[in-house]
Amino acid sequence: MKSVIAENLVKIYGKGDRQVKALDGLSLDVEEGTVLGVLGPNGAGKTTTVRVLATLLKPDSGHAMVGGIDVIKNPKQVREIIGLSGQYAAVDETLTGWDNLVMFGRLYHLSSTAANARAKELLEQFSLTDSAKRPIKTFSGGMRRRLDLAASLIIRPKVLFLDEPTTGLDPRGRMEMWKVIEGLVDDGVTLLLTTQYLEEADQLADDIAVIDQGKVIARGSSDQLKTQIGGERLELVVAEADIAQAKEIADRVGKTTSSVDAGLRKISTPVSTGGNALVELLRELDLAKIHPLDIALKRPSLDDVFMSLTGHSAEAAEVADEEKLDPKAKSKKGGRP
Amino acid sequence: MRAVSDSLVIMKRQLLQLTRVPEVLIFNTIQPVMFVLLFRYVFAGLGAGIKGGYVQLLMPGIFVQTVTFTLAATAQGMAQDMEKGLIDRFRSLPISRAAVVTGRTLGDGLLNIVVIAVMGTAGFLVGWRPTSGLLKIGLGFLMLLLFGYALSWAGIFAGLIAKDARVVANISFLFTFPLTFLSNAFASTTSMPKPLQYVAEWNPVSTMVAAVRQLFGFHNMFGVTKNSFPSTHPIQTSLIYMVLIMGIFVPLSVQRYKNTNK
Repeated sequence: MKSVIAENLVKIYGKGDRQVKALDGLSLDVEEGTVLGVLGPNGAGKTTTVRVLATLLKPDSGHAMVGGIDVIKNPKQVREIIGLSGQYAAVDETLTGWDNLVMFGRLYHLSSTAANARAKELLEQFSLTDSAKRPIKTFSGGMRRRLDLAASLIIRPKVLFLDEPTTGLDPRGRMEMWKVIEGLVDDGVTLLLTTQYLEEADQLADDIAVIDQGKVIARGSSDQLKTQIGGERLELVVAEADIAQAKEIADRVGKTTSSVDAGLRKISTPVSTGGNALVELLRELDLAKIHPLDIALKRPSLDDVFMSLTGHSAEAAEVADEEKLDPKAKSKKGGRP
Repeated sequence: MRAVSDSLVIMKRQLLQLTRVPEVLIFNTIQPVMFVLLFRYVFAGLGAGIKGGYVQLLMPGIFVQTVTFTLAATAQGMAQDMEKGLIDRFRSLPISRAAVVTGRTLGDGLLNIVVIAVMGTAGFLVGWRPTSGLLKIGLGFLMLLLFGYALSWAGIFAGLIAKDARVVANISFLFTFPLTFLSNAFASTTSMPKPLQYVAEWNPVSTMVAAVRQLFGFHNMFGVTKNSFPSTHPIQTSLIYMVLIMGIFVPLSVQRYKNTNK
């Protein structure tokens, strides 16, 4: 069953010449109990997509269902089953972690006792018990994100939306956050997660939707996407004198023609049998008494995927798009201390 | 019923904030108390011939001025919540669309009770003595709170359409500050240029000050035009203003809250 369905979402900001299509016919879906990573640079439409699905924004056209409920027709019912944790920690910073969780619990209509109990439980789950009575402003970035995430889990939502959960965190904070998110996934929540980090999508998501300029431009598992732009390849670096012979061997192993970068003395061979091809190549090289200087089985990174799909790297798109596309992203940035 | 309890949770949040950051409450009360003490002694000469001295005229004026500034406080608080993304979180919850804005106006209303109590005490210490009896004095305070509450809805709307919390606070202040001085709050309007006198006469701050003075047992010290409606019926006029302000800004604010970021 599909827990999230978005069909042909269109959202246009501004008028006339200054019109910007934040969503340009975006469609995606998330199978129940799985994680979809929505991957794209800043301004690609990730946040807008989440805002539409979380009932915060009405699209100009298109159709969206969350947990089988129409987002546009019955937003209130959708809010009963979703959790949302945004790019910028949306908790009250002057209050303590405890205050915040109890307040949100009450707003989910838990009784006072139940709200207290749930707050205690969540603080433990997210290792925040020791800091529970401190104002959020004294929290580190990672703690703040964890608390924000905890606040979105009060009612044990069926569908969870995480908008760039690790943007701005240091590596340690990011690792902690990943661990927490992996734990949630093990508990079976359906998760839609946006990210501009390729490794994050690779790490956390079952399925990835690559979006650019308000549209999904590729969809599949991390492996499928990698295969889509060409599969694995063997990369071999040898001494100059051995290049010709090594190429012959590589051609034979890969049953194809290898490319050679003479300057780097690197031979690159597409292969389909992965590790076996590597073993075979090593054995042949050894028989021919060729000593490789470097040898590796390379899988394309998601960065390669993005490059081949859009013709620009994720980072390059970021600067240009952010300025023109998402007026909100800009003002938010400005508002940050 | 849920809408009510949701609003109360939001209101409680503001009270909690005061306990976590007591400085807010302290600064909110220090300023009006300082005004009471300064004006009481600096302008004492304006009270020549008034029974009980200038402080009897001053206190209603300064009470009204203080509750008028609620507009800026509410606007700033609302805009801050928008900026921080807290409003997005609230809007993703299954709560009534009116709860968050209503809760904030109630919270700011409660803050006004505290501030007015502290000011009243300070005023009493420097010689302010209302003479009208408990019921009327109580009604006077009630009007002050209601006026502040009505203006706080205008503040909600300003906060919701604002891009920046500090800017909206400054703009609200630039709007309310002259409003409180183009009135009979601190001095008789008769020394103003004629056109300003008419502005002052219909200024809701003036009608409020006159209403509260009357309820506290003093002459309402009103305007130029003999027997004009606001000068003869300051209480009624003030109530009409409050209904108007809320009639305009409650629906506007709730609508705007529903559709933010459209």
